[in-house]
Amino acid sequence: MKEILIPALILGGLGLFFGALLAFAGIIFKVKKDERIQLIEETLPGANCGGCGFSGCGGYAEAIVSGEAPCNLCAVGGAEVAKYISEVMGVQSEFVKKYAYLHCTGGAYQRYVYEGIEDCTYANNLAGGRKSCTYGCLGLGSCAKACPVGAIDVIEGVPTVNKNKCTGCGVCKRTCPRGLFEIMPESTKIIVKCSSHDKTIDMKNSCPDGCIACRKCERGCPEDAIKVIDNLARIDYDKCVHCGNCVENCPKKIISYIE
Amino acid sequence: MKLIAELFSISLGAILVENFVLVRFMGICPFLGVSKKVDTAVGMGLAVTFVMGLSTLMTHLVQRYVLEALGLEYLQTIVFILIIAALVQFVEMFLQKSVPALYASLGIYLPLITTNCAVLGVAIYAADTSIYTVFTAVWYGVSAGLGFLLAIVLLAGIRERLETSDYPKAMEGFPVALISAALLALAFMGFSGFNI
Repeated sequence: MKEILIPALILGGLGLFFGALLAFAGIIFKVKKDERIQLIEETLPGANCGGCGFSGCGGYAEAIVSGEAPCNLCAVGGAEVAKYISEVMGVQSEFVKKYAYLHCTGGAYQRYVYEGIEDCTYANNLAGGRKSCTYGCLGLGSCAKACPVGAIDVIEGVPTVNKNKCTGCGVCKRTCPRGLFEIMPESTKIIVKCSSHDKTIDMKNSCPDGCIACRKCERGCPEDAIKVIDNLARIDYDKCVHCGNCVENCPKKIISYIE
Repeated sequence: MKLIAELFSISLGAILVENFVLVRFMGICPFLGVSKKVDTAVGMGLAVTFVMGLSTLMTHLVQRYVLEALGLEYLQTIVFILIIAALVQFVEMFLQKSVPALYASLGIYLPLITTNCAVLGVAIYAADTSIYTVFTAVWYGVSAGLGFLLAIVLLAGIRERLETSDYPKAMEGFPVALISAALLALAFMGFSGFNI
C-alpha cells in the first residue's frame, strides 16, 4: 500500500503546488481584454493581409474597439463582416466593394534584358527598371506573388486582376515598387491606364500607349471632372458622371471603360 | 579555481561540443519553426534559455530532495514533464503581460516549448546528482539554452540571406532550411571530442 500511496501523494502534491502557482500567477499577470476584441477577431477572415492598414486582423480588431478605426475597412470579409462588426460595436456602417485597378497598359519598350531575381523591387532598383518607362509596370509579377487570394495573373507581361477573386485588400498596391494599383469602388466605370508624368516628347520614346497630355479629355468633359496635372490625365470620381466623352476623345485610348 | 574550470567546461560542452540542437538533435521543431527572422529567433532562444535555466533548477531540486530522498527515481519523467509544463505556462503569462509583442511573434511556438524535448533532455541530463550540484545544474541548463540560442540565431541569419538568394524553386522554404541546418550541424561536428 505504501509503495502506491507515497508516489501518488508526491505527484498529487506537486500537481497541486504548480496548479496553485499558476492560479496565483494568473491573477498577478492578468491581461485585461475587451471581449468585443475577441468577438471581432473571430469574425475577421484571419488572412492578416494588412489591407485595412493595421498590423493584421488582431491589430484591426483592437483598433475598432478602441475607436481608432471604422467598421468597414476589411475588404476580404466584405459586407457581411462589416455588418457583424457594426452590430458588435452598435454603430451604423456601409460597406463598398472595392477592386484593384492597374494604372498602366504595360506597353513600354524594353530598354535592356533583365536577368536578375524575378522580383519587381529588385528590377526597379537596377537603373530604373528594364522598361523604357520609369513610371510603368515592370511585368515581373511581384503583385501576383503577393496577392493573398491569387487574383492577379501576369498575362503577356501585364498583371490582370480577376474581379471574381479580388477582394480589394490593397496588398498589390503596397507590393508594387511603383504603386501602380489603385483600390477603387465597384461603381468606378472609367479609368486612366497610365501613370507616367513624362512630357509629350519623352513619351514618344518611352511608350506607345502612354498619356501625351493632349488635354482633349479635359476640354471635352462637361462636368470638369478630368484634369491633366503634371502631364497625366486624372479623373475626379466625385464629379464624373460616366458620360464617356473622355473615352471617345482620347487619341491614345488609355482612358477606357472597365470591362 | 577548480569551480571556474568546471563551469567553463560545462558551458563549452553544452554550447559547442554537445549542442542540443545541432549535435544531439533535440528541439528541432522550434529550431526550424521560428528561425525565419533573427528578431523572433533571438526572442525564442532567450525564452528557451530562461525556461531551461528555471526548469533545471526546479527539476534538480525535486530530483535531489524529493525523488532521491524517497527512492522514487522512476517518477522522474512524469514529474519533470509536470514541472516544465507548469513553468512554460508561467513564462507565457509573464510574456503576455510584460512583452506582448514578443508574445505575439512567438505565437504557437511558446506553448510548444512544453513539448520541446530539448528542455526535458537538459532537465534529465542535469538531474544526475552524482555529477552536478544545484548551482552547476542551473549553469548547465542556461548554457544549453545559450547553445540553442546560438544555433537558432545562426540558422535565422542564414535563412534571412537565403530569401534573396537564387536556388531551385523546388527547394524553397523548409527543404533549403533543412539543408542549411544539416550543414550547420556538420560544422558543429568539428567540435566533437573537445575536452578540458
